[in-house]
Amino acid sequence: MEIKEKESVVVRFSGDSGDGMQLAGNIFSTVSATVGNSISTFPDYPADIRAPQGSLTGVSGFQVHIGAEKVYTPGDLCDVLVAMNAAALKTQYRYAKPDAAIIVDTDSFGPKDLEKAQFQTDDYLGEMGIDPDRVIACPLTTMVKECLKESGMDAKAVLKCRNMFALGLVCWLFDRDLDVAFNFLREKFAKKPELAEANIKVIQAGYDYGHNTHSSVANVRRIETKHKVPGRYMDITGNKATAYGFIAAAEKASLKLYLGSYPITPATDVLHELSKHKSLGVVTVQCEDEIAGCASAVGASFAGALAVTSTSGPGICLKSEAMNLAVIMELPLVVLDVQRGGPATGLPTKSEQTDLLQALFGRNGESPMPVVAAASPTDCFEMAYAASKMALEHMTPVILMTDAFVANGSAAFKLPDLKDYPAINPPYVPEELKGSWTPYMRNEQGVRYWAVPGREGFEHILGGLEKDDKTGAISTNPENHDLMTRKRKAKIDAIPVPDLEVEGDKDDAELLIVGFGGTYGHLHAAMDELRRQGHKVALAHFRYINPLPKNTAQVLRRYPKVVVAEQNMGQLAGWLRMKVDGFVPQQYNEVKGQPFKVAELVEAFKKLM
Amino acid sequence: MINYSASDFKKGQPRWCPGCGDHFFLASLHKAMAEIGVAPCDTAVISGIGCSSRLPHYMATYGMNTIHGRAAAIATGCKVANPDLTVWQVSGDGDGLAIGGNHFIHANRRNINLNMILLNNRIYGLTKGQYSPTSPRGFVSKSSPYGTVEDPFRPAELCFGARGHFFARAVATDAPGTVEVLKAAYAHKGASVCEILQNCVIFNNGTHDAVYSKEGRAKNAIYLRHGEKMLFGENNEYGIVQEGFNIKAVKLGEDGYTEADVLVHDAHCEDNTLQLKLAEMEWPVALGVIRDVEAPTYDDCVWQQVEEVKAKKKYHNFAELLETNDIWTVSE
Repeated sequence: MEIKEKESVVVRFSGDSGDGMQLAGNIFSTVSATVGNSISTFPDYPADIRAPQGSLTGVSGFQVHIGAEKVYTPGDLCDVLVAMNAAALKTQYRYAKPDAAIIVDTDSFGPKDLEKAQFQTDDYLGEMGIDPDRVIACPLTTMVKECLKESGMDAKAVLKCRNMFALGLVCWLFDRDLDVAFNFLREKFAKKPELAEANIKVIQAGYDYGHNTHSSVANVRRIETKHKVPGRYMDITGNKATAYGFIAAAEKASLKLYLGSYPITPATDVLHELSKHKSLGVVTVQCEDEIAGCASAVGASFAGALAVTSTSGPGICLKSEAMNLAVIMELPLVVLDVQRGGPATGLPTKSEQTDLLQALFGRNGESPMPVVAAASPTDCFEMAYAASKMALEHMTPVILMTDAFVANGSAAFKLPDLKDYPAINPPYVPEELKGSWTPYMRNEQGVRYWAVPGREGFEHILGGLEKDDKTGAISTNPENHDLMTRKRKAKIDAIPVPDLEVEGDKDDAELLIVGFGGTYGHLHAAMDELRRQGHKVALAHFRYINPLPKNTAQVLRRYPKVVVAEQNMGQLAGWLRMKVDGFVPQQYNEVKGQPFKVAELVEAFKKLM
Repeated sequence: MINYSASDFKKGQPRWCPGCGDHFFLASLHKAMAEIGVAPCDTAVISGIGCSSRLPHYMATYGMNTIHGRAAAIATGCKVANPDLTVWQVSGDGDGLAIGGNHFIHANRRNINLNMILLNNRIYGLTKGQYSPTSPRGFVSKSSPYGTVEDPFRPAELCFGARGHFFARAVATDAPGTVEVLKAAYAHKGASVCEILQNCVIFNNGTHDAVYSKEGRAKNAIYLRHGEKMLFGENNEYGIVQEGFNIKAVKLGEDGYTEADVLVHDAHCEDNTLQLKLAEMEWPVALGVIRDVEAPTYDDCVWQQVEEVKAKKKYHNFAELLETNDIWTVSE
């Protein structure tokens, strides 16, 4: 048997929404991560609630990229495509490399399946132009039925195990140790051991099938691990990491965590995750609307909690009024925007970065608000923590931007130790100010003190009307309004944020790539590829957008050419032009609802050099 | 327990028009709070926007004068996050029932332990005289010069429709009646709606004329008290009796009606049919606590659930939470 060494591979599992592709993909990534491979995953699920079985709109995919070295993206195109039915092959083949191995379940390519998938003839490989030598055509359903015929399971339950056969085949293809998968299933189905054993039997059968087949694609690929970072890891999606970041920050600040929310794709998983953790004292209120989600969080913040509201772009439109209330009342609040395609309902399950200007400016009046963005699934944890700390210590609402791509994507997460994270110290009003304190009295950072209800002697009224700087009473005095506007702005501008880091050819790059948020992985991979090809390229990726890092102008002016690449029509580029005098970058803009393709970035960037 | 006086809750100089019903209500609220005895520092008064929503500025408690319509939602978060606070939510008819209608009904449905005050003058005063969702059909205002062509909300109906468990009504000028319902609202655990009938001297003067004076109330109002007969009139010469599936006001001694026919008020009755009929009577206008039924409150249940889950689950901090995941070790 020939074993090929590979640097990295991309596997895409695809099938009907009910085929369990996400689970198969998850187990495969866990098995790979366990041996120290770097992983990055991306689920691509349909917007339809439940499309008809076998239909083109009902195909669900899960892509996983595993690498010997660090992988930054789930990969452009896959090396192995698993297509559980005809519709999956039809819609997913375009994500396969020209030399990809294709695994199909021939039992799901009957006349009816082909018709539903809009094939014209029964030569589906010919129609798609696929070389049959690259296909592992396996009567997968038949084999699963055969494998489980004595299990006593009903036909429906048996069919649900098809995904495990495919997983077994893929594990064989990559020479994976099945024990990890077996343990995973035994834990997942701890309450139904017979189901775990059935699944295990099917994985083994899939593995053995691969082993015994002498298909022309049957070259086992092996991805060795080159750089191991020892430690304990778990697989985490961006949304889960965001929820964990809030929990960690609340614990560090010794505050209750309150989430006011309303279900909206793709942010709902944060509500789901936080709702589970009542044993940590986390309170989630599923409100009557987005407005109440944010408004109730403002109320909870006034009452002394770490208050969070989670949503996506359309929800930000509705929350902006209450966000503005938090701006003028100077109360801590974290607003999570998991961006999706817009405008209006747009592309609810797809990813964009089109809310940036809304986050920066989408409110009436002068309403400065910090904006931060997470660069990867695991970075969601870091940025949720950072956003919470910033909100609590600077008494301001903070917008945390993620997007559908990082929110649903996952990566190996090295378990954090809270001891390594900075303390969170809200500016509680000192007791000695009792008697002389007024609500807009500020500390040396220009931050209003926080007097939480229950403290005797600090009773006060906040509100949406402009207040007098000295007394805290309602004021329409022109000078006072001007002063308060400036103080609110100065407070945000003074928030310390880390310097902008430059990666790659820091000193002599011909082209600086600039991006923000969830495109980090793709931009980094594009930079790596360009450097491999001998080009001098660097990357500066923003996670802190307002205020901008202090060295922003210095970095942007250092390189002969700069391209701002973003999944919108140029919002970051516009913001940077506004903040950095004379800065006129090249732009790379794309709004397809799908992650960037590294190969396309590389080609586009080459043309700029 | 500290004995408070009304002045312990007072702050500043109200800026409402002379004669506005808000002045009367504010004085009753100060008095009621003193009698209730919850410390100013443990009290939060939360309003939206409108003339009456200025009220928190005249309170020596914690409070917020927030944004239009959102007071109930903001109060919800405040109460859930800190159930030890006594939270009063103050809105006018526009703030509470128009722009804030959704939050009003959901706060009632969830049964958050809020004391919800609805100051109903049937007009938008702060924006200088447009009809409100409680203005009667045909009402002439700046934005309806030929009369409105829509029916008003009846706040009690909305509250009951949202499965509200407490509804009371008072007239702003009637201090004892107002203090009584405010104290009852505080005593009730759960969302308690107090509709306060009040005058806007500038844009809707006389809207509650029939019951605004003591004499008027003697003739045109009935004070409902749980367990007491529904008698009214200057000499209790009238009573409320049942007629088929309806109720009606009758004069005792006429048409064969005697005091024995008069209904006894049951504010605690789970079924709100009769309470709704009482609340919607045009003559006499029902005042006092119309519905007051015990039910589990949202905020209690939230924290009770937290305790239950804490007892059941094995993880109680972030480090323990991490351990609940599938973890693998990468070694050197």
